[in-house]
Amino acid sequence: MSMQMLDDGNQLIFEGADWDYDKIKRAYDAIERIAFDEMGLDIYPNQIEVITAEQMLDAYSSIGMPLMYKHWSFGKHFAQDETLYRKGLRGLAYEIVINSSPCISYIMEENSMTMQTLVIAHAAFGHNHFFKNNNLFRQWTDAKGILDYLEFAKTFILKCEERYGHQAVERTLDAAHALMSHGVHRYPRKQPLDLREEQRREDERQEYNRKMYNDLWRTVPTKPGVKESVSAVESRKALLALPEENILYFLEKKAPRLHQWQREILRIVRRVAQYFYPQKQTKLMNEGCATYTHYYIMNRLHQKGLMSDGALLEFLHSHTSVVFQPNFDDPRFSGINPYAIGFAMMQDIERIATNPTDEDREWFPDYAGNGDAMGTLREAWANFRDESFVLQYLSPALMRKMRMFEVRNDASEPEMLVEAIHNERGYRKVRKALARQYDIGYLEPDIQILDVDLAGDRKLILQHRVINRVLLDESDARAVLRHIANLWGYEVMLVEVDATTEAVLKEHTVSASSLLLS
Amino acid sequence: MNIIDRRLNPKGKSLANRQRFLRRAKEQIVKAVRDSSGKRSIQDIENGDKISISTGGVREPSFHRSASGGLREHVVPGNKEFVEGDTIPRPEGGGGRGGSEGSPDGDGEDDFRFVLSREEFLDIFMEDLELPDLVKQKIKQTENYSLHRAGYSSSGSPSNLNLVRTMRNSLSRRIALRRPKPEEIERLEQEIAELEAGGTDDARLLELRGELERQLRRSKVIPYLDPVDVRYNRFERVPRPVAQAVMFCLMDVSGSMTEHMKDLAKRFFILLYLFLKRRYRHVDIVFIRHTHEAKEVDEETFFYSAETGGTVVSTALEEMRRIIADRYPEAEWNIYAAQASDGDNMSNDNAKSAALLENVILPMCQYFAYIEVSQDYEGGLGGALGSTLGRETDLWRTYKLVAKPGAPIAMRKVRTRREIFPVFRDLFSRENATA
Repeated sequence: MSMQMLDDGNQLIFEGADWDYDKIKRAYDAIERIAFDEMGLDIYPNQIEVITAEQMLDAYSSIGMPLMYKHWSFGKHFAQDETLYRKGLRGLAYEIVINSSPCISYIMEENSMTMQTLVIAHAAFGHNHFFKNNNLFRQWTDAKGILDYLEFAKTFILKCEERYGHQAVERTLDAAHALMSHGVHRYPRKQPLDLREEQRREDERQEYNRKMYNDLWRTVPTKPGVKESVSAVESRKALLALPEENILYFLEKKAPRLHQWQREILRIVRRVAQYFYPQKQTKLMNEGCATYTHYYIMNRLHQKGLMSDGALLEFLHSHTSVVFQPNFDDPRFSGINPYAIGFAMMQDIERIATNPTDEDREWFPDYAGNGDAMGTLREAWANFRDESFVLQYLSPALMRKMRMFEVRNDASEPEMLVEAIHNERGYRKVRKALARQYDIGYLEPDIQILDVDLAGDRKLILQHRVINRVLLDESDARAVLRHIANLWGYEVMLVEVDATTEAVLKEHTVSASSLLLS
Repeated sequence: MNIIDRRLNPKGKSLANRQRFLRRAKEQIVKAVRDSSGKRSIQDIENGDKISISTGGVREPSFHRSASGGLREHVVPGNKEFVEGDTIPRPEGGGGRGGSEGSPDGDGEDDFRFVLSREEFLDIFMEDLELPDLVKQKIKQTENYSLHRAGYSSSGSPSNLNLVRTMRNSLSRRIALRRPKPEEIERLEQEIAELEAGGTDDARLLELRGELERQLRRSKVIPYLDPVDVRYNRFERVPRPVAQAVMFCLMDVSGSMTEHMKDLAKRFFILLYLFLKRRYRHVDIVFIRHTHEAKEVDEETFFYSAETGGTVVSTALEEMRRIIADRYPEAEWNIYAAQASDGDNMSNDNAKSAALLENVILPMCQYFAYIEVSQDYEGGLGGALGSTLGRETDLWRTYKLVAKPGAPIAMRKVRTRREIFPVFRDLFSRENATA
């Protein structure tokens, strides 16, 4: 300890609450040393931007991105956040961090120096490391290209508004937004995504099409319609690449009556959805990683004599309120806090790696007692998403500590049933159930485009495979179907089918109001 | 690491989104603003406020599972006494406790609350209110001309002579043409005088005399001030639409006016003021209160002091006429008046009031609103029926004679705060204006 103090000159990097650029620079350097030398973090270059509380609210309203196209729903969210903030019901997040390279972290001018240090450790190192190293982000997002792409999207949509009118653009965006969660490819493609490159190629394609366009082709007579056979259904499905679960993608490519600019808008929304898809799947891990990182770094700063006791206490106060997990019967309970469980799991992994019990050795033979907590954590951060992470790393010790239990709520039964608790018989069941709670594939209803009635009225047929008899929310589903019908241009039918028995539970049919194409 | 200060970046990045949102939710917001303004006091109206609208038009639907029915499983923390196989009564609503199933937003969230800024609120509040159309031609005609400086001209009236510019021109001309300076001539004269007295150098004297003569001629040919130097200030007449209004608040403050009635009147006046404020660059308010005699007072006195005495309405009208003649020439001001009264008047004054109103006041006014305030009988229905619905007051009957179709006057009765806004809208709404 005293050696380290000597090494670092035993000098506080800051005193008092006020911050300035020098202090931030010093704090950053000290954090960086710990992050690199002790934790082995690997990050994108950092860009830290100081903003005001008002600008933080602004940033919220465009889903945290520094650039975003304009749409009323962002205004709505702004209004909502602002109301909550003004009423004092909700504080502002201390930071927003963007998965881009350089990684942009916003810090608020109102924060104290301790908070700035915490935010830098949390966002600029924790989240940043996670973005750069987690498998899902590596596969799905193009950190270098995203800001350029959003710039393009913003201008494109602005131009569309000028050319085709606010209303037409808004309708298209509304429809696209409604389908956002069904606009992602869930499985990786062959090549990594490079948005910039792809955008260039798309532009070239369009330009080529424009040059080669010849209206005469339209008049070339086609063969009179041949009757469709059973095998034709198969070939049609193959031709349309059905079934397709990426509804936005299907509509973008196949909807017959969309204008080119509308397809481009669907594509933009799809891109944004895809970009945020990994974040949806790694909420627990991402926050856990960042929280673990800031906790480690802040404590080390204090140990090394770089941060005062007062600052440590201030930090601990905000840290504990972030990782606070109320119990199920507490009025403040609103589900499991991803910060709390994420942080607890990371600490648990550290404990098992350095100081395991017999139970841990039995459950986690591959890393219990390996002495390399950081290495184990980095590997977990790189290779898992929330669902698989819980399934792999949630220990009985932590389940006991948080006193987890599983409740089975069957609407056909008069009462809810305690299915499993934190005991020998229950560990695996609880763990599995919790993991499923984080499985997007399970959380989001499984809806696919099944077929198109090409010979008849071009009706689009969708199917929802119902799990555990939980149907879709009807009014919302109909509203979304109307959007689909407007994009598709013809009638749309959604069939809800029981996933196990294949029995049809419900059907919704919505016809296009054709407003979109007027 | 790169640290950038973005604090000076333009704020309100979300403004465009906010505007799009308001446009989107317009219908519901308009309704919400109307509803809420009936419920709250006018001071609040001026400040914009929290508005809640139903999520209908601004709902963002998505495919998600319904909140009820089927089988769900949740893992929750904090087990104290349960063991496997225990049953728990289902909390109301049917949805499972906790768990993050279902949509992140949506169900259960019927109302959507947000804050409108003052401007946004007033815009919507006043949106389809329109100036009464009746005397609009007057507004169009009464364009005033104001004079604006527009450089200099070489002709004009002596009163517009720009001395500085003229002298500057003169000076530069004199320098350019080398007009001899007075001192120079003086010096020559002096030297000649010396030579004449001493009389030795005749050649020199001759030379000097010639020089003096030349200089004198020069200074005659090149005048000190030439007509070409003169500059006048030039003014241009710029048409200026009349953008000012004066609002006359007339109120009977005799003993019969209760605090409640004054409160109603005040609310009406504030509304009128807000309204005019948005239409005109400049709005004046004149408060005239009267008993058996009328006086112009300040706002404080107008609303908060009580007087006793008889009620003679015509005095207030007289006072209004006097003030208009005094300070608000009809050609330059849009004149509005609102009169609040409980309807009492001395019976021998009625004819006079009617004549005054019809022949003098109305021709000058854009609009004259008469609000009859009465006691709020919320308690007893019988009372309300008896006193306000049953009997027409003296003043009401009097004004009714004047309020012929086409005359810029409207009359309404107000009993409760709730009624003020509807009455106001009724008086100033577009349909009414064009009718």
